[in-house]
Amino acid sequence: MSDEHTASIPKTEKSNVEVRHDRRNERLTWLIDHFKREWQIYVMLAPAIIWFLLFLYKPMYGLQIAFKDYSIFRGIDGSPWVGWEHFGTLFGSDQFVRAVWNTIKISALNLLFGFPAPIILALMFNEILNATFKKTAQTIVYLPHFISSVIIAGIVITAFSPSAGIVNTIIGWFGFEPIYFLTKPEWFRPIFIGTGIWQEAGFGSIVFLAAIAGVNPSLYESAVVDGANRWQMMWKITIPSIMPTILIMLIIRIGNIMEVSFELIILLYQPATYATADVVNTFIYRQGIQGGQYDIAAAAGLFNAVVAFVLVMTANSISKRFSRTSLW
Amino acid sequence: MQNMNLYSRGDKFFVKINMVLVALFTISTLYPFIYIAAMSFSSGFAATSGKVVLTPIQSTLAAYNVVLAEPEFWRSYLNTFIYTIGGTIMSLLIVIPGAYALSRPQLLGRRFWNLLVAFTMWFNAGMIPFWLNMRDLGLLDSYFGIIIAFAVNAFNIILLRNFFESIPSSFEEAARMDGANEFQILWKVYMPLSKAAIATITLFCVVARWNGFFWAMILLSDESKIPLQVYLRHTIQRLSDDEEFTTTLITAPYSVETVTAAIIICSIIPVLLFYPFIQKYFNKGILLGGVKE
Repeated sequence: MSDEHTASIPKTEKSNVEVRHDRRNERLTWLIDHFKREWQIYVMLAPAIIWFLLFLYKPMYGLQIAFKDYSIFRGIDGSPWVGWEHFGTLFGSDQFVRAVWNTIKISALNLLFGFPAPIILALMFNEILNATFKKTAQTIVYLPHFISSVIIAGIVITAFSPSAGIVNTIIGWFGFEPIYFLTKPEWFRPIFIGTGIWQEAGFGSIVFLAAIAGVNPSLYESAVVDGANRWQMMWKITIPSIMPTILIMLIIRIGNIMEVSFELIILLYQPATYATADVVNTFIYRQGIQGGQYDIAAAAGLFNAVVAFVLVMTANSISKRFSRTSLW
Repeated sequence: MQNMNLYSRGDKFFVKINMVLVALFTISTLYPFIYIAAMSFSSGFAATSGKVVLTPIQSTLAAYNVVLAEPEFWRSYLNTFIYTIGGTIMSLLIVIPGAYALSRPQLLGRRFWNLLVAFTMWFNAGMIPFWLNMRDLGLLDSYFGIIIAFAVNAFNIILLRNFFESIPSSFEEAARMDGANEFQILWKVYMPLSKAAIATITLFCVVARWNGFFWAMILLSDESKIPLQVYLRHTIQRLSDDEEFTTTLITAPYSVETVTAAIIICSIIPVLLFYPFIQKYFNKGILLGGVKE
């Protein structure tokens, strides 16, 4: 090397080029070698990556129609740009603004009632001593999680039907007039959230039961020595011990606020209950899939996705701070 | 669990109250299923006049006769099996090798590929672009379209990748010495060691496929290709809109409610048969494993 430094300038340049060339060759031969040796893992990876590109990333390219006057005949690339026009239309429309508010309200109510339910259930399961009873009860309450939303909706529609449904039969026993539950906007949210708790509280308790199983048993032993009763132990030991899990699950829930189970809403709502039942995703479904206004619906979807992305990212970074002390 | 003798009188009372509350919640979870079963075996008149509470009233198989006589019902049942089995096999064929490749340290651009997969958990183009894409790919109204388009999701790949990564490399060294290639190492070393994780993913796929309804409803307009869930949805809509059907109610031995209930029972039975197998894999460790990314 030192010889080259003392050599004349053109010679150095030439050798520099040569060195660069050599390095490139070296890297190329290394790459060729690598692929010759490891081609199998790339063959294994390819189907998954192609799938992601074709079914999830290609639609992201298609998302540009949110800013275009999309027509089926011109296609995604051929349609003219219109800038933020669709977003202006959306936020000027009462229906869309209502759908955004409904999404937030349903999620907030779900957080208030649906979030504590599995925690309470897990604490209750933990206090049951009879193993057979516990196992049977768990088997039953996990079951609705595995039932499709069409069946859940079918059960709800049947049970709340004005003439045949059990709910109105019971109301009738007390001498009240039957209520047309599924056509009343004020009843939609209680029914939807109650159904959610019925379906998911059991399965949701698994996470908290796992956390409770991880609590150090010596804490309980010393509490028994100190004469604590079950109620006190639950409040002073179990709940504080599973708090990290509760916080993480809460953060995840907040991150998913824009996600309401709209499949069930599509099955349960009707024009009479749109006022409380219509959420962003059902709005997109009606405008886009049913109404054919692809560009405006795509803009609504983009709005939803961006808000969800920001929420999830915020939730992730907060949960990372907590996860150091967490049980996971 | 602690010995009951150690419990004070107050504790015993607390335990009993708790047991009653759990029993109540369990019964209220179970009740709707019993109610629907009772409804499906009741007469149309008993159902529409709100007499069914717990047991079948004026027991009859009329509703089942109506449901089981429909060739469309059997067709949709068969379709659900095609989507469930085909879809689950497709998922495993793509997800297992993909997760294995992503877990290999020698994979070039490993961070990039992993990010490409994980990003789709945080950001999604949404319903409309996905639908337009399916149309542009010519996958509307096609068995293959439904099977391939929902074959993969980031969560399953990451769950399995984490599991593969947790397996010490000492396990594969012997196989490598014997000259095994990557496919053989995956098949003979990693897959036997990951039975529980693969079972969990299979379970997720089967349940999601069996219950899948929304996209099947949107992507399939050919009635001969729809799965059971969509058929159930169509039937409920058709029966409640059909005025002729509603006016014959008083005389017919079945009603909208009993027919709906019968279809619900028919479509729940396979889930109940499969349920004991599902339960074996309620392994909290595996269910939680994927959450930490």
